[in-house]
Amino acid sequence: MSLLEIKNISKIYGELKALDDVSLKVEKGEWVAIMGPSGSGKSTMMNIIGCMDKPSLGQVLLDGVDISKESNKNLTNIRRDKIGLIFQQFHLVNYLTAVENVMVSQYYHSMPDEKEAMEALARVGLAERAKHLPSQLSGGEQQRVCIARALINYPEIVLADEPTGNLDEANENIVIDIFRQLHREGTTLIVVTHDPEVAEVAQRTLVLEHGRLAKEIVNENFKD
Amino acid sequence: MKKQKMFFRMITAALIRQHSRMLVALLAIAVGATILSGLVTIYYDVPRQMGAQFRNYGANMLLLPSGEGEFNEATVNNALGVVNKENLVGAAPYRYESVFINEQPVIAAATNMDGAKAASPYWLVNGNWPAAENEVLVGKSLAAVLGVKEGSSINVVYGEESRAAKTEADAEKTAEKKDIKEKDIKENKAEKSNETDVSEEKEGMPFTVSGILETGGSEEDYIFISLSDMAVLTGKGGRLDAAELSISASQDELKAYADKISAQNSAVSPRLVKRVTQSETTVLTKLQALVFLVTAVVLLLTMICVATTMMAVVAERRKEIGLRKALGASDSSIIAEFMGEGLLLGGVGGLLGVIFGFAFAQAVSMNVFNSSINFRPLILPVTVIVSVLVTGLACLLPVRNATDVDPALVLKGE
Repeated sequence: MSLLEIKNISKIYGELKALDDVSLKVEKGEWVAIMGPSGSGKSTMMNIIGCMDKPSLGQVLLDGVDISKESNKNLTNIRRDKIGLIFQQFHLVNYLTAVENVMVSQYYHSMPDEKEAMEALARVGLAERAKHLPSQLSGGEQQRVCIARALINYPEIVLADEPTGNLDEANENIVIDIFRQLHREGTTLIVVTHDPEVAEVAQRTLVLEHGRLAKEIVNENFKD
Repeated sequence: MKKQKMFFRMITAALIRQHSRMLVALLAIAVGATILSGLVTIYYDVPRQMGAQFRNYGANMLLLPSGEGEFNEATVNNALGVVNKENLVGAAPYRYESVFINEQPVIAAATNMDGAKAASPYWLVNGNWPAAENEVLVGKSLAAVLGVKEGSSINVVYGEESRAAKTEADAEKTAEKKDIKEKDIKENKAEKSNETDVSEEKEGMPFTVSGILETGGSEEDYIFISLSDMAVLTGKGGRLDAAELSISASQDELKAYADKISAQNSAVSPRLVKRVTQSETTVLTKLQALVFLVTAVVLLLTMICVATTMMAVVAERRKEIGLRKALGASDSSIIAEFMGEGLLLGGVGGLLGVIFGFAFAQAVSMNVFNSSINFRPLILPVTVIVSVLVTGLACLLPVRNATDVDPALVLKGE
């Protein structure tokens, strides 16, 4: 059974079809990139996979459970338990330190544990910046805090929306290296991006165009 | 780490590290709490302060003989035992006799000068209050009739029967124009005159005028001497006709004192000077209503200000709310966090309000009443609780709005 199975989903806003009959599967431990230009439906796809939105039509099976008909409350619980989110704009709480930002995720999931949060920061190379506020961190450092926050509750899927969109090349490489490490450890990664360089390091790339799945590219040269 | 600890860590961080916006809300709450605490302190202290001010207008209770038993200094002192010493501003016993000065009938009032001074602080004495034996205070009108001034010597005669009868007639005529107090005194005097219907004639007693009394009232027709001089003059001591009490208390408290005095002393008939007690009650009631109204308006304004600020805070933190929801926060978690911030703010603002409110009340008291105010410990919990409640109410709508945030919309990448 696939970890994520999307069956013929459409998302319709009035006369606009943001997603049009899209189907795809993601296996456990797989690293998949979803690519496409602006307006192709990437963000809608990300919101549906991330349990922040529901499709107008079709089914989304996450770990065998159809989440397309779940209530908002249940979607919140599923998101909390199964999904780790990484954002282009990092979205750190600006008045909390790096370690506190990681602990917020623990707070909503189970029980805050500062030691574990520090270990997560150490894993992304930020142990020494743990007590800094986001405003005292560089963009790359903020993104790494965001990654640590996404990983802290051991989610089934890490869903990254344009994770390198606001980073310079050096920080982009650091983030991609972290993704490689996560993949080696068996984490399922879905990376939404419009950057071909980020997409081509994934095992598989799904290209969206005008809300439809235009093509699927398997990276034959994939290396962990 | 326990969840509660993280909860407090988050809400305190929100207040401390986002100080600019929160400072506005805190300031609004602190100002509201200051006014609340200050005005409530004044509200409870005004009766005491105003009571003290009203005491400048003279006695508010009369003790008169009931006709049952002797009415003398011991009786009055016994009655005074009922009154809380802290509330007793002054007590002046009076004995009235008809005397003659330069063959003119005059009412002589014997009293305890210190007591009269305390009970009637509005009396203006040109010269000095009698301090030694044979010193007399002469009413301004009478002094003009007699042609005396400070330092003059007068001879006071007591006891001529025919003249005494004339005095009674004149005095009764005067009494018709006076209020109940003087009427009662006159009636009492008439009874006493009958009792002491003696025809023995005494020689006069020399007195020195120590001062001229201005009151704007009937007292300006009297002379005032000490009780001991009256005893020497009349050859009899002890008996009193009335006692004027100035008590710092509300009308209800005065009534309670009067009832207690009546119950304990059958010889005493206490009466409230209604024109004083009623106007005091009226002024206090209106003043307290004004304080209550101002406090209510200020709290309402505080609530509006806090609600507006919290609205702005919620709007400003929509992305953070969306993020929290994306991380799995339930609506109740979001409500708890924002309410927690609001209530903590209310508590801190309330505490600041207690401190500044007391300083405010003290300043008002010193400037208006010229006396300090005591801190009432009950103000502390009341102010903090009201501040927290007002802030909580003010936060309800903004916090409700916070739960409407859609994470998918506010966290959009582009």
